[in-house]
Amino acid sequence: MTSAAEQRRGQSKYLAFLIPVGAVLAALLLGAVMLVALGANPLEGFRELFKGAFGSSDALISTALKATPLLFVGVGITIAFRANVINIGGEGQMVAGGLLATVVALTLPDLSAWIMLPAVLIAGLIGGAAWGAVPGALKAYFGVNEILSTIMLNVVAVQLMNYMLRGPLIDPGELERGTRIPQTARLQEGADLPLLFGDGRFHIGPLLAVLVAVAAYVLLWRTPLGYRVRAVGLNPDASKYAGIPVKRTIVLALTLSGAMCGLAGAVLVFGSESHRMVTDGSTAGFTGSAGFNGIVAALFGGLHPIWTIPASFLFGGLLVGGLALQRAVQVPSALILALNGLVVVFVVATDRYRKRMLARDARVDAPEPLAPPSSSPPSDGPEPPGGGDTS
Amino acid sequence: MKKHRMTWLIVVLALALIAAACGDTAEETTTTAASGETTTTTAASGETTTTGAAAEPFRIAIVAPSASNDLAFTQSIVDAVDIIKAEMGNVEVQVTDGTFVVEDAAAAIRAYADDGVDLVIAHGSQYGGSLQEIAPDFPDTSFAWGTAADTFGLDNVFSYEAASDEGGYVMGVMAAALTESGTIGIVGPVEVGDAKLYVDGFIAGAESQDPKPQVLKNYTGSFSDVALASEAAQAFAANGADVMSGTAQMVVGAVTVASDADILWFGTQANQTSLAPSIVVASQVYHWEVVLRDIVAKIQAGTVGGEIYTIDLANGGEVIEYNDAFALPADVKQLGEDTIAGIIDGSITTGG
Amino acid sequence: MSDFFTTAVLVATAASGIRLAVPLLFASLGETFGQRSGVLNLGVDGIMLLGAFGGYYAVLQTGSVWLGLLVGIAVGLLLGLISAVISVTLKAEQGISGIGIYLFGLGMSDLLFQKLVGTPLPITKFPKLNIPILSDIPILGELLFQHSMVVYLAFLAVPVSMYIINKTTFGMNIRAVGENPEAADSLGVSVNRVRYATVTIGGTLAGVAGAALAIDLGIFQQNLTNAAGFIAIALVYFGAWRPVGVMLGSLLYGFVNAIVLQLKTLSIIPPNLSDFAAMAPAIFTILALVIVARRFKAPAALTKPYSRGE
Repeated sequence: MTSAAEQRRGQSKYLAFLIPVGAVLAALLLGAVMLVALGANPLEGFRELFKGAFGSSDALISTALKATPLLFVGVGITIAFRANVINIGGEGQMVAGGLLATVVALTLPDLSAWIMLPAVLIAGLIGGAAWGAVPGALKAYFGVNEILSTIMLNVVAVQLMNYMLRGPLIDPGELERGTRIPQTARLQEGADLPLLFGDGRFHIGPLLAVLVAVAAYVLLWRTPLGYRVRAVGLNPDASKYAGIPVKRTIVLALTLSGAMCGLAGAVLVFGSESHRMVTDGSTAGFTGSAGFNGIVAALFGGLHPIWTIPASFLFGGLLVGGLALQRAVQVPSALILALNGLVVVFVVATDRYRKRMLARDARVDAPEPLAPPSSSPPSDGPEPPGGGDTS
Repeated sequence: MKKHRMTWLIVVLALALIAAACGDTAEETTTTAASGETTTTTAASGETTTTGAAAEPFRIAIVAPSASNDLAFTQSIVDAVDIIKAEMGNVEVQVTDGTFVVEDAAAAIRAYADDGVDLVIAHGSQYGGSLQEIAPDFPDTSFAWGTAADTFGLDNVFSYEAASDEGGYVMGVMAAALTESGTIGIVGPVEVGDAKLYVDGFIAGAESQDPKPQVLKNYTGSFSDVALASEAAQAFAANGADVMSGTAQMVVGAVTVASDADILWFGTQANQTSLAPSIVVASQVYHWEVVLRDIVAKIQAGTVGGEIYTIDLANGGEVIEYNDAFALPADVKQLGEDTIAGIIDGSITTGG
Repeated sequence: MSDFFTTAVLVATAASGIRLAVPLLFASLGETFGQRSGVLNLGVDGIMLLGAFGGYYAVLQTGSVWLGLLVGIAVGLLLGLISAVISVTLKAEQGISGIGIYLFGLGMSDLLFQKLVGTPLPITKFPKLNIPILSDIPILGELLFQHSMVVYLAFLAVPVSMYIINKTTFGMNIRAVGENPEAADSLGVSVNRVRYATVTIGGTLAGVAGAALAIDLGIFQQNLTNAAGFIAIALVYFGAWRPVGVMLGSLLYGFVNAIVLQLKTLSIIPPNLSDFAAMAPAIFTILALVIVARRFKAPAALTKPYSRGE
């Protein structure tokens, strides 16, 4: 490869990064119009957004904490996408993971922190894995489309969560007082996520998420299992001929994906302000829609686990900043939600151009399944997920 | 190459804009130690400030899970705070509504406290757990939590709730008196907290009458599913109900069904007459300002928490507001008034 | 349990099920067009919400339910077009762009409602239309022929959709584009134009679904649809991308909801089991799909944007 081509590659990568940034700016511009229509000062609003997201150490902590479930989910989505499976069940998988982790904590209150913490996190993994395995199996062995089954399982998860939080898991204090708020008791301190820097809110969640992202990268590109996942995603027929168990791999991909989301749920429960599982009756009340926003973060990160790290951080910042904007200029929260949607739409809509930038010089690359990537982020594979049967 | 430079130019411009906006701030310093303790001095532009030599405004912030104009839960507190503001004059109000994500609400509560708000109202039972963790970090800030009856033993937390069973009982009594078919229906979201209190009170009131009506009860399972509430009302109607009631914001769906079928309606949390002027008999309206006045007074006198408040018929926090456009027979109204009096003086218990 | 099995109650329950199915039916029929041509639109719920507000507001201001429906159509058309631009021309990742539209619709409809209307005000509903003669048939009459206008429209849309998809050239193109866009392209069919049309139809019907919901309920509120749009999308898979299947799926979902509701009203389902009861529609749908799925394949090009020469 000549140095000129390498140079072009580098510049393309810059442009590729700029495009989603430009998209966000475009969405914010529309948001500014809406702010003006509501009688608010957009400059002040965006200043507060920026400050709320990145303007102080407190803000950075909030952003990191908000980004954590996004990163977990994003990594999970990436794994699934690489196997050509769409996982829209992140919300339900987060709930399932959170529930199982909570159950473990409530059932074994006296374990020492050294065991408790890994135990609840693993429980989160398992809970989410189960919630991902079901659609995986349904797809692989029954041909049930994963979009359908994951959506339906999200619905089931809500009801399960409500039942558990109002029933078996409810804070006994609630029953005594007769208020029956759907929440558990404050979970034992042994299960609190340890804090970095002593007092404060910054727990190990973000660090854990980064580690998991790195692990996912290693899994996908440095292990035979990961190879199989990507192979199935790129060419299921060729994979089958090559002796790769396609069905099992699909189940595995969705299971792993669900596990990541389940971990996000567990971290949410034990790292939350209230150190318990609580909801208002909807999944989003617990997850903050991370199950959906994580998909965006994954896309932002080009479906590469490592790049999903800064992507999640930036997107988390946007979400945190949006809340700060609302408080500062006192617009209805609904505006922030609409803005969130606009950002997603704009980023996704311009993604084609970003991919084009990355793929510009990728012609020379050998087909993916046969060549592990170089140290730079690999060019994106073909369009992710198809909805068809894979038999 | 040119394309490249153009893009860079745009990005630099954007960043410059952001930097300019940031630098625009008047002296505003926020120091945050990792311990979570914060001191904030603010002179930020854009904040509403009182003119002249007026005293510092009393700052109230509300964090609530649904919309400010939901004609139910959140509206009741927003209306109350507006009344306080009108009465006191020098009050600044900030509202973060629609915050059903518990973690986001926690962030908002913390941010308002950090910002120096005098009274942070956490208007949602599900916020309690978070509040328990946040309040100790801001000992000089007053927090009010509703609907609940628990201050966690903290000095800076008030809590408030509604004895909605009382108004429910009264309306159940009147419903039983008004029904001609002998069947009454009541729809609720989920059997928790305020909703449960109201529904139980209503049923107790209805069943205390002679002849005892048949009361159909349905918890739809959701606070927001309007279609389901509408169908619940249809189901009541199909079973012969001619009087209905319900609680939580999704009942608007049930009210319109009642309106179409000429079924009478009793409302709660807010005055629901405007929804169906021809069939709404009365509403139990929450007047949180009755307790807010006391809370604000206490804060200004130096006590920032430690008390539990209840609004009920006796202290005027709950008021049965009749629909003037509805021709309520005088004897039924008298029955209602007698029931109210009975509850206030204790001779009638709602069993709630 | 005997309370439930009286004629009156059964008929009322079934009628309720039909009403609950209507928004699902409109939305999923629309999504069927899009998906059959290979485009997945996850933003249906957002479009429904905006259509619902538009319809609601129009009726609130003018009192005309038909104007409301028209506004629902217009809103849906506009958003359908935008979705088409995003999915077809810009070739965005279909799963995610839809989520963005959903979030936007959810927030925007609520914002508009808060700013333009404020406190909820009731609106005129659709007039009931008792079909002469047929509505007098015992049992069946009340069940099928005494509904509001919009119910008949919804069910009429089913044979119309069937006809379009199966008996017209346009329908043939849709199916071709969904199965094998390269082949269709080589035969002179404009893949993008077909997809533009189907996605716009999908958006339009989603807008109708929302408007129908709001006008039928006679009110608007934030998140009025309560994620019905997502159920509608899932039902397209359930119905094997065929209008009749989609209709059956919508009815199944509506009926299960209605039955659960009635059983709760009659206290046959105790309150502490009501959460499990609420799961019923979702579980039934999955189970039914497992039974049905083997026999039908998805459009082969579903979610794959098309570029000539790719």
